[in-house]
Parts: sequence; structure tokens; C-alpha cells
Amino acid sequence: MKLFGVLTAALAAILLGSCSNAPATTVLNVWAMGREGEVIGDLVPEFERENPGVTVRVQQLPFTAAHEKLLTAFVGNAMPDMAQLGNSWVPEFATLGALEPLDRRVTATPAIPRADYYPGIWDSNIVDGKLYGVPWYVDTRLLFYRRDILKRAGFDHPPRDWAEWRRQMVAIKKLVGPDKYAAYFPLNEYEPLEILGLQASEPMVTDDARGNFRSAGFRKSLDFYLGTMRDGLAPMAATTQVANVWDEFDRGWFTFYVTGPWQIGEFKRRLPPGHQSEWMTAPMPGPDGPGVSNAGGSSLVLFKSSTRKDAAWKLIEFLSRPDIQIRFHALTGDLPPRISVWKTPELANDPYAKAFGEQMTRLRPTPKVPEWERIATELKLVFEKAAHGELTTDQTVAELNKRADEILAKRRWILARKKQVGAPAEVRS
Amino acid sequence: MNQERAAWGFVAPALVALGLFFFLPVAAALVLSFTDFDIYAVADIGNLRFVGLDNYLHLLETPLFWKALGNTAWFVLLGVPLSIMMSLAAALLLDNKLARFKGFFRTVYFAPVVTTLVAVAVIWRYLLHTKYGLINWALGAIGIAPIDWLGDPHWSMPAIVLFAVWKNFGYNMIIILAGLQTIPEELHEAARIDGASAFQRLRHVTLPGLAPVLLVVSILTMAGYFQLFAEPYVMTQGGPVESTVSILYFMYEQGFRWWNLGFASAIAFVLFLIMFALTLVQLKVSERWTQ
Repeated sequence: MKLFGVLTAALAAILLGSCSNAPATTVLNVWAMGREGEVIGDLVPEFERENPGVTVRVQQLPFTAAHEKLLTAFVGNAMPDMAQLGNSWVPEFATLGALEPLDRRVTATPAIPRADYYPGIWDSNIVDGKLYGVPWYVDTRLLFYRRDILKRAGFDHPPRDWAEWRRQMVAIKKLVGPDKYAAYFPLNEYEPLEILGLQASEPMVTDDARGNFRSAGFRKSLDFYLGTMRDGLAPMAATTQVANVWDEFDRGWFTFYVTGPWQIGEFKRRLPPGHQSEWMTAPMPGPDGPGVSNAGGSSLVLFKSSTRKDAAWKLIEFLSRPDIQIRFHALTGDLPPRISVWKTPELANDPYAKAFGEQMTRLRPTPKVPEWERIATELKLVFEKAAHGELTTDQTVAELNKRADEILAKRRWILARKKQVGAPAEVRS
Repeated sequence: MNQERAAWGFVAPALVALGLFFFLPVAAALVLSFTDFDIYAVADIGNLRFVGLDNYLHLLETPLFWKALGNTAWFVLLGVPLSIMMSLAAALLLDNKLARFKGFFRTVYFAPVVTTLVAVAVIWRYLLHTKYGLINWALGAIGIAPIDWLGDPHWSMPAIVLFAVWKNFGYNMIIILAGLQTIPEELHEAARIDGASAFQRLRHVTLPGLAPVLLVVSILTMAGYFQLFAEPYVMTQGGPVESTVSILYFMYEQGFRWWNLGFASAIAFVLFLIMFALTLVQLKVSERWTQ
């Protein structure tokens, strides 16, 4: 009920964070989120030892409030020097003109060799040809599956393309009977459909800011996804209706589950020790052969407003170092974005990480418009209707296009204006 | 003349403060609600357009707005009567001549009002926990199966109502208690001599005497409950399945999550109009009731 109390508290926190500049040493204000925000505190002392005269002040933000806080800080001119930024937010903050372009710094820094980064995740930080972030860790989704059930259904390997995946799901459904399913795609998550949409050859948002869900590729993705629910291969259930997803997975309620690296630790911890050999991870199957997945994760960014960019860049350089990334991986389980780090025994010998290592070579960023998260939310809502049989495929793609076009209307107006003026309009003095 | 000037001098600080911190922002928000202020406008104010009533028209076509309105109405319908009844019951207990340690109980009942909402919300999340929560444990003792309070879309709003009522009833209790003490003792005595039962005395002496107080309390409570925000923000983030998205939460998301400040301002004014209309209705109804 006390909206303004909460807002004042948030504002106070921002103000407190910004008025702390000691004169003698350089104090870097760094914002990081969630678990990474806790762990970065363990890595920072070494950086401070290596760089006398630089003190790092880390402020932790909860993931759920980070986006609002960053925007409020931007409007209030109270940005930190450096931050961890979800890379799907990079286009938005680049549009705002809040981020410092990093191309020149990267070229001048041999310790951050572009060639050592997986191209998909690197690309997610490029907006209109400029680099705005250095990938810190990768969050992508792929298949978690039950080996034993798949074997009983007559298959000795996970699916490589949709056709094979579909065959396996049909066989599993036949095997497990009416009360169980072959896959579980939570109705209240947009990510599985988002990934299938990314696998299509056409982009979901066109360059002139229109929804492109009518494309043949997306239609195929939608049909495949919708088919799993219409044919009873996957239940129409939201995460709120599944009390404990690990228990259900263990009981064989479903065999395939599309989720991310954070679940490796959870599965290891929550499934009984005797059942550990029964589950495995596999790269995403695609429409024809192995498919791409989303290039999610977090990047390290510098803010334009910072007066301590050189010191902040040193911290980015430090956090990108392979030995620090291995420590970071050990602390969080987060997947490093650098190719050389994946060759170290810690990652190369981890059976569950192997599929992620392969998926790393096939990542694709989500459409780089600030509105994407809102469009993805609509994707979920419209799909829910389609799953319940309220919309046909034709109506679904038409509705998606309509909603996306509505959300993107302002962007189209700006693009049109930019064309008229003939100069980029993203600058803020 | 001199006196008049002095009077203006005295009210000036209050007028300036009100003008600067109330009327000006409200007027600015009204102007904002006719624009499409969004992150593009934050980046460059040249990207701002006046759109007239578009925000309002678009709002009426947004399903989530209607859902939020329904959720808020459900919260108000459930919460306001419950809250006032709780307050009234607690006040009657405290007003009773047989009650002892009145000061102590007054403090205890009032304590939730002065606690920090975010802190107690966290504690209530523990209380409401499906597996380990005290509430489900107590329900289990009388044979009721555990309820997934904050995870089940049907129970999430009642859980929030429970929390809000607990948090707020003490405030109204104090106002009602003051009202009770203004009812002359002679009336009760006369009713008792005439043979009125306890319930009849409540119905025909206490409640009519309290009517003006109850009217104020119900208006204030309704206005407060319509502005449901912090409870879902802290406890459920609007979920599950948007079952606890209130109008204010919807406005907050539009304004501060997506930064559609023009649209969010339009929501604020629609909420204002709704509350204004409802207060008028309440006043009309109570006029008839008190006559």
C-alpha cells in the first residue's frame, strides 16, 4: 500500500550508493545482481591487491528489482561506474545512451581477445554495430532428459532434430501411459517457445520494427510446440501447478525439460543419489539437425556517466581473466563465455556441462530491441490461449504480429524520423 | 487589511508546500498522461509525442488492466468489511468494563500498524509457507490439508487479505475506540433497564452512535485498500498467474519496470476517478443511513 515509501527507500539507497568518493584512492561503484553479486565480493580483494589505490564498492541488487533500479538511477543521474547487466537489457540501455561503447578498449586490451569468446554470446552485446558489454557468463537453455526412459522407449541417444524429438516423444508417451508425459514446457514461461522461434531462419522482429511471426519458420516452430500439447505429449501446466519439478522429473512424470545451467546443481542435489545416472543434458535439437539456443547471461558494462572508466575497465579485464573465470565458475556454476576456459579440466571433464559446451557454439541473441521482453511476455500469453484451443495457428501468428506491432509502434516512428533527419537519434547530451 | 495579510502569511508556508509537492506533481502527471513518455523520451525528450486520450483508450483495451481492477475489487470487497469487523470487535473488547490490562492489549493490537511492512511481510511469508508454515501447521492440526497460500492463484489474494487485515486493523480500532467512548453511558444503562439484550444494545445503541465514525473509517479504509501495492510487491510479485496484480502494482510495472510513464499516469488518474466515484456513492448511502 505504501508505494511511495518503497520508492523513497530505493531512492535513498541509490543516493547512499553514490555519495562515497574518497579523494585519495579511486573508489569504484559496482552494481551486481543475485548470486553473482555475492560472489563478486570474494573476487574483489585480489583485484584490490593487484591495483593499489583502487577500492571497489559492490552493491548487490536483487534480480527482480535490478531493472527498475538501473533505470531510476539513470534518470536520477546516479549510475555506478560499472555493472553486471543482463545481456537482454543491453539494447535498452544502449538506446538510452547510458552505456559506453567498448570497441576501442577491447582492441587495445590483449587480455580480452574477441576470438576467444563464443561468437553468439559476443554478438548479444553488439547493438547497431557497436559493442557495449563484455560477456561475463552465459545462461542458455537446453534439454535435460531421462536416459532410462528414453532407453526403454527404444532410443540410445537424445534427439538431434525436431523430427527425431517428435518420434521419441510419441514413443515415450506410448510407453508411460495416459497419466505421464514425454515433455514438460511450463505454460507460464516464454523461454522454450522463444528458443524454438530463434531456431527459425527468419528473425521474429524485422529491421523496420515489425513483428515477423507470420514467417514460415516461426509457423513451423509454433506448430511443433503446439503439437506437443495438442497431442498430449506435454501437459498444459504452469510452474505453479507443479509443486516440485525435481520430484516429478524423478517420478518420470516427464522425460524432457528445457532449462538452464543453474539446474545442474539443483538436479544433483535434489534427485536421490541412486538416480543420478538416469538424467543427462543434451544440446537443443533444431528444425533440421542441431539447433541454436538463446544467448542469455550477463555482461560487464561501463556507464557513460562514469568518471573512473579506466579503473573500471581494469576490473572488467580482471574478471574476464581465465583463472578468475574458473574460480567464478566454481563459486557459482555459471558458464564462462571464453573458449579457452572450456578446455580446462574443470569444465571439459564435467559430463553435465558437456552439452552446454557444445551449445555454446550455437547461440543466438534474442531480437535486439528494448521492447523484446514485453513482446516475449505477449508470446507467452497468446500461446497460452492457443494451447487451450482458443486460437488456431493462423490466428495465433496474426495476434502475435498485431501485439508486437503495437508494442513496437513508437520504435517505428523513431526509425522513420531517424531516416528523415539522416542522423542517429540515440544520443543524449 | 493588516490582519488579512497576516493570515495569508500564516497559511503561505502550507500553501507553498502543497502547491510545490502536491498540485504541481498532480498537474504534471495529468499532462504526462496525455503523452507517450517512455524510455525513448528518457533518452531524448524530442521523442515525446502528445497523444491525447490514446493512453486512456488503450488502457480500456488492455486485458491486464481489467484483471488488475478485478483483483483490486476482490481485495477491497474481502478486505474492507473484514478489516472493519476486526477493528470493531477488538474495540468492543477493549471498551468492555470487564476487560483488564487495557493499555497492554491496546498496544499489542496497535503494534502491527507501526511495524515495517516489508519486514513483517517476510515473516508472513514464513507463516504462509506451504510445507513449514505455522498457518498450515495449525490447519493441519484440525485436519485441513495444506494450502499453497502464495502459489495457488485462488488462495494468493485471500492470503494477502489476511496479512493486510492483520497489519491494519489496529489503526481503525483506535478510531472506533474513541468513538465508543463518546457514546453516553446513560443510553446503555437505560437500554439495560428496559431489558435490552447485549445484542440489542449493540444493534440499537452502539452502532447508531458509531455511525459517523464507521463512515469515516470505511472511506479511509477503502481508499487505503484500493491502493494495494507493497503487499503483492514484497510477497508475490503479482503472481501466481497475475492473480495478485493490483491496479497500483500494474501502474508500477508500467511506470518503473517498462518506464511507460505516460501510460502509468493515465492508470493513476483512472484509479483516482474510480475512488472518487466510490467515495461519492459511500457518502450518498450513508446520508440515507444516518437519516
